Amino acid sequence: MQDLASAFTKAFGLILSLDPAVLAIVALSLRVSLSALVLAALIGLPMGALLAVARFPGRGGVITLINALMGLPPVVVGLLIYLLLSRSGPLGSFGLLFTPGAMIIAQAVLITPILAALTRQVLEGMWEEYAEQLRSFGAGPWRAVPTLLWDGRFLLLTVLLAGFGRAAAEVGAVMVVGGNIEGFTRLMTTAIALETSKGDLPLALALGMVLMAIVLGVNALAQGVRGIAARWAG
Amino acid sequence: MVTRIARRGVLPLLLAAVTRPALAQQRSITLASTTSTEQSGLFGHILPIFTRETGIAVRVVALGSGQALDIGRRGDADVVLVHDRAAEERFVAEGFGGPRRHVMFNDFVITGPAADPARIAGLGDAVAALSRIAAARAPFISRGDRSGTHAAELRLWQLAGIDPATGRGQWYREVGQGMGPALNTAAAQGAYVLADRGTWLSFRNRQDQRILIEGDARLFNQYGVMLVNAQRHPHVKAADGQRFIDWLVSPAGQSAIAAYRINGEQLFFPNADKPEPVS
Amino acid sequence: MRAAASILPLRAEGLCFSAGDVEILRDISLTITAGPPTMLIGANGAGKSVLLRLLHGLLKPSAGRVFWACPPEHAARRQAMVFQRPVLLRRSVLANTLYPLTLAGVASGERLTRAEQALALVGLADRAADAARKLSVGQQQRLALARAAALQPELLFLDEPSASLDPAATRAVEEIVLKLAARGTKIVMTTHDLAQARRLAGDVVFLHRGSVLEQAPAEAFFRQPASATARAFLRGELVW
Repeated sequence: MQDLASAFTKAFGLILSLDPAVLAIVALSLRVSLSALVLAALIGLPMGALLAVARFPGRGGVITLINALMGLPPVVVGLLIYLLLSRSGPLGSFGLLFTPGAMIIAQAVLITPILAALTRQVLEGMWEEYAEQLRSFGAGPWRAVPTLLWDGRFLLLTVLLAGFGRAAAEVGAVMVVGGNIEGFTRLMTTAIALETSKGDLPLALALGMVLMAIVLGVNALAQGVRGIAARWAG
Repeated sequence: MVTRIARRGVLPLLLAAVTRPALAQQRSITLASTTSTEQSGLFGHILPIFTRETGIAVRVVALGSGQALDIGRRGDADVVLVHDRAAEERFVAEGFGGPRRHVMFNDFVITGPAADPARIAGLGDAVAALSRIAAARAPFISRGDRSGTHAAELRLWQLAGIDPATGRGQWYREVGQGMGPALNTAAAQGAYVLADRGTWLSFRNRQDQRILIEGDARLFNQYGVMLVNAQRHPHVKAADGQRFIDWLVSPAGQSAIAAYRINGEQLFFPNADKPEPVS
Repeated sequence: MRAAASILPLRAEGLCFSAGDVEILRDISLTITAGPPTMLIGANGAGKSVLLRLLHGLLKPSAGRVFWACPPEHAARRQAMVFQRPVLLRRSVLANTLYPLTLAGVASGERLTRAEQALALVGLADRAADAARKLSVGQQQRLALARAAALQPELLFLDEPSASLDPAATRAVEEIVLKLAARGTKIVMTTHDLAQARRLAGDVVFLHRGSVLEQAPAEAFFRQPASATARAFLRGELVW
């Protein structure tokens, strides 16, 4: 009880004091997770849309695989990326291990299946509605992909938020590939893990509350924009 | 629409986001080290001094000694600073780095619950204490993570002539994590644990854990530093890494280490130019 | 007015269509020529909508073929279809009208002109910037007609375009259909509304239980249908 109260006090203190070290961690966390989101969206959204519209042999298998990949354990992803990016690994010459770039890649790998699977699900319903009309206009599946992505933009915003939330909350993979280097690759989540292992549970919880506040803020902002735009578009 | 946006702006931006930190950056080296040095706050104290003097930033990846040495083996760090002498000497002998330099020491302590069910308080003998814990089948938390502390613990069990693995899953509990989590677990379970003094002193969630054994010569904890072999891994920043090692063992580095205190208590004792008392 | 190779007349030969075990259309042969609107009439379930989709190429016949007076890939580009329930994109009225023009490869300079003309034709010019899905049902159907009209098709299929509309909106749709027909667009339209068929038809195709029973000029058909079934249908006695 005392710890909880103390955590709340600390969380408010951290937010109100605008501690530069905390702000730097917050900024890095946002930068990493948003970059990962853009990277994953560039791959996951078209992939999901294509799965929604295209019919080909093995489609069911691909969908099952992507759905299963949503459950990828972050630490496994972290290890995989670690081995790829390590100086002794195939991509070692880029020198990306223990940098924010490595964390962006790890988070993107983690959330791409989520974006693809949810996009497919959301757009499949829309495709049922659109298919005949678009075919009448002479649009095949390839041309339908951008159309559905654009027309489904308000639904897809929720998908993107789900991906962002997962990326921002992730700790296992970024810990392995980022190294939790202070001032360089330390994110909100790895800082929380660190404070927990140092036994400073109130500070860890306080950082957790700050993280929650940020994720909440991003969601509120996105939903607000969506609300205004969706009211216009109907 | 989407592809058009991608072509125009997002892709180049994103490539920049991924690679920027790897390309344009301040001078820096990567140091693979142990959780005890990082979490005790020592690095937070001495590294800024080094960076101020040389303009070289030191990026610390803190893991167990075994994992830290592995990072050096793979060439993913420039310098390794750990506390597992046997493993360090193997690292050097295998040609992964070196030469190994003494930097500092501190000591391990055995902490346990105030109730002390195995009655080890005041024994002053770490090996005898472990024997009593095993005989009482009192819960004992092991790091179980190939760290320097884990290696030290296993050496003590060996001296006591006990194979703790026989108590595995019962009173002997391996957490496979860093010092902090091991202490958290011990505090929660009212268990004994071998901890390095630095982490113990900076640890906040002690509950009723206290030091029960300390001062035994066999609890000595020596730290060594090695440059990763640049012939094996050409990208290793040998010059800057060597500069860091030279600084650590120099009077400036050694006095910076000695100056770090928590609540007036010195955590690490520099001994670059002295032979270690025991090992 | 028309480019050299007209897609009409359209000829269907022996068209059959089954969904699973259910035979929906049986051995349909008919010819559709340029001229005033052709109305496909018949009771609910007679197969009107399926026939329209077969002609437009949205469904593949299980037997038989559709022949055009020009190569099929030309034909595909010079026809359009408006559905009973229009599928509007979640975009503005203008963007909806521009969309098929972009797909059809109309030059970007010409797209806007054509779209604005089409919106003016259906009386939606002042709503160009509004969200398409915010329009009333009747306006939505007019937008669907504008979208098709902007393509300047030689042949326009309309599937019960006013089935779910009130009388005023129905009248608006019919006026647009007549304007398009007057511009030389061949209209092929299904309806179950006999009064509407009388108002619009140049000729009539009467469908009953998946077969064409009659194809005749409207005036002749309504005055004196050849079959007893059609007579019963016109008297409102026949349902199915």
